Amino acid sequence: MAATDTTPLVALRDIRKSYGDVEVLRGVSFDVHRGEVVCLIGPSGSGKTTLVRCINHLEKIQSGRITVDGELIGYREHKGRIIEDSETRIADRRQKIGMVFQRFNLFPHLTALENITVGPVRVQGRDLKTVTAEALELLARVKLADRASHYPSQLSGGQQQRVAIARALAMKPAVMLFDEPTSALDPETVGEVLEVMKELAQAGTTMIVVTHEMGFARDVANRIVMMDQGAVVEIGSAEQIFTNPQQERTRAFFKAMR
Amino acid sequence: MSGDFNIDTAFFLKYLFNPPAIIWKGLWLTIWISVVAQALGVAIGLLIALCIRSKRAWLRGFGKFYVWVWRGTPLLVQLVLIYTGVAAAGFYKYPDIQIGPFTLTGPLQAALITLSLNEAAYMAEIFRAALSSIDKGQFDAARALGMRPITAMRWIILPQAARMVVPPLGNEFTLMIKGTSLLAILGIRELFGTLQQLNAATFRTFELFIIAAIWYLILTTIMGFVQKRLEAHYGRYDQPTADSKAKPGLRSLFSGQR
Ligand SMILES: Nc1ncnc2c1ncn2[C@@H]1O[C@H](COP(=O)(O)OP(=O)(O)O)[C@@H](O)[C@H]1O
Ligand SMILES: [Mg+2]
Repeated sequence: MAATDTTPLVALRDIRKSYGDVEVLRGVSFDVHRGEVVCLIGPSGSGKTTLVRCINHLEKIQSGRITVDGELIGYREHKGRIIEDSETRIADRRQKIGMVFQRFNLFPHLTALENITVGPVRVQGRDLKTVTAEALELLARVKLADRASHYPSQLSGGQQQRVAIARALAMKPAVMLFDEPTSALDPETVGEVLEVMKELAQAGTTMIVVTHEMGFARDVANRIVMMDQGAVVEIGSAEQIFTNPQQERTRAFFKAMR
Repeated sequence: MSGDFNIDTAFFLKYLFNPPAIIWKGLWLTIWISVVAQALGVAIGLLIALCIRSKRAWLRGFGKFYVWVWRGTPLLVQLVLIYTGVAAAGFYKYPDIQIGPFTLTGPLQAALITLSLNEAAYMAEIFRAALSSIDKGQFDAARALGMRPITAMRWIILPQAARMVVPPLGNEFTLMIKGTSLLAILGIRELFGTLQQLNAATFRTFELFIIAAIWYLILTTIMGFVQKRLEAHYGRYDQPTADSKAKPGLRSLFSGQR
């Protein structure tokens, strides 16, 4: 992290989100700086998935503001008022935000390689040859160099998730979002995905990771955000949250995890 | 059957194996009308399906109304209404249209318009079912890569929908080929109209209609082969593994719907 760079890469300010009458995010604020890994933890239903989906505007928010790299996401200011952005502009903004889903969501009709190249080629209009070379490097980075021409249905869950990570990285995003990337996996393939994520973190990738893998959070996260019932309960360094949680709800959550 | 029922074998064999030029012309007319009307029906049907899935209420209303009207009335009635009604009301007089060496006569124009619009209603329902069976995660993943709606549709959603559309599309095309026989009512000399015309001159009804049946059977059988090839093409990534969540029952849902 550059010491001089104090503007956050991702800034969340008082995010509120409701489904009908139910408010699932109740004023969430925190910052993520360049090169930082922030893990979101908290009980099921606390709004973690909703929050990450709001960051790239897969979900609309009712109030608050989200900026990535200084640019407002999903909305723009027009004569002092905030209005929703056009689909086109929202789509352009999303290129800066990589996302990895719990259920992989690989494109089943494309090979592993094509899953990775489709974004740079079809969205960024880049040259297929260059993109393919980069994609092969990315596949090697997620240790799947020998699976380039496999379709998702021919890959294990852990392999699919690693392709999904490579697919997101191919867009060269400024920040990567992970929504419980290992919770749909067989236990024996969890490790290989966490390993790839750990290497990404070490390479300085800015990451926001929703996870129930406390070992990973402890080892890799710079900061932990503990959420409950749509609000941030506490934020602290991994060290502080795990050894000395300030809030009763955090302690109760850890107890329930064990 | 009565005793005076006789088959003129020589006549039959001559018309079957050495058909006069007008039969070839009729056959050609049947084929190109079917292909053009089906292609237009697919394109318009997709647009109607997208209307039905639209966020805008008036587009949804229009799409549903369209399908309701065109599916709820007989093709024969539609043909006559479009040909006589539109001209009578003075909207459009069906002047001959010259396309290169081809002359598109008024009845042919009315036939193509009616068959396409009618087919679009059925294709819309087929597309709608196929699109709604695609996992929501596919839309999320496409959007998260920064794809605009049209890009996502073209490269991610439609290729997957195509696989589900091909089997019912084959049915539709078979029905289309058979359905063109109704065009005789507008005086169009497609295969059936031509044989009717020959019948009026020769009174060899049974022989001629057997020949008609044989030709329709040949066309629909060729169609069946093409369909198999297409299905294999679109199913190439479909290698069921323990992981893949196949959607059984969808194909059976489509078969024999009309
Ligand atoms: N599409 C939706 N419609 C209505 N309620 C939803 C929807 N998605 C999530 N919720 C609700 O929002 C709350 C937060 O869900 P979620 O963000 O998935 O939590 P987490 O990821 O922390 O388990 C839950 O109460 C859930 O039932
Ligand atoms: Mg969740």
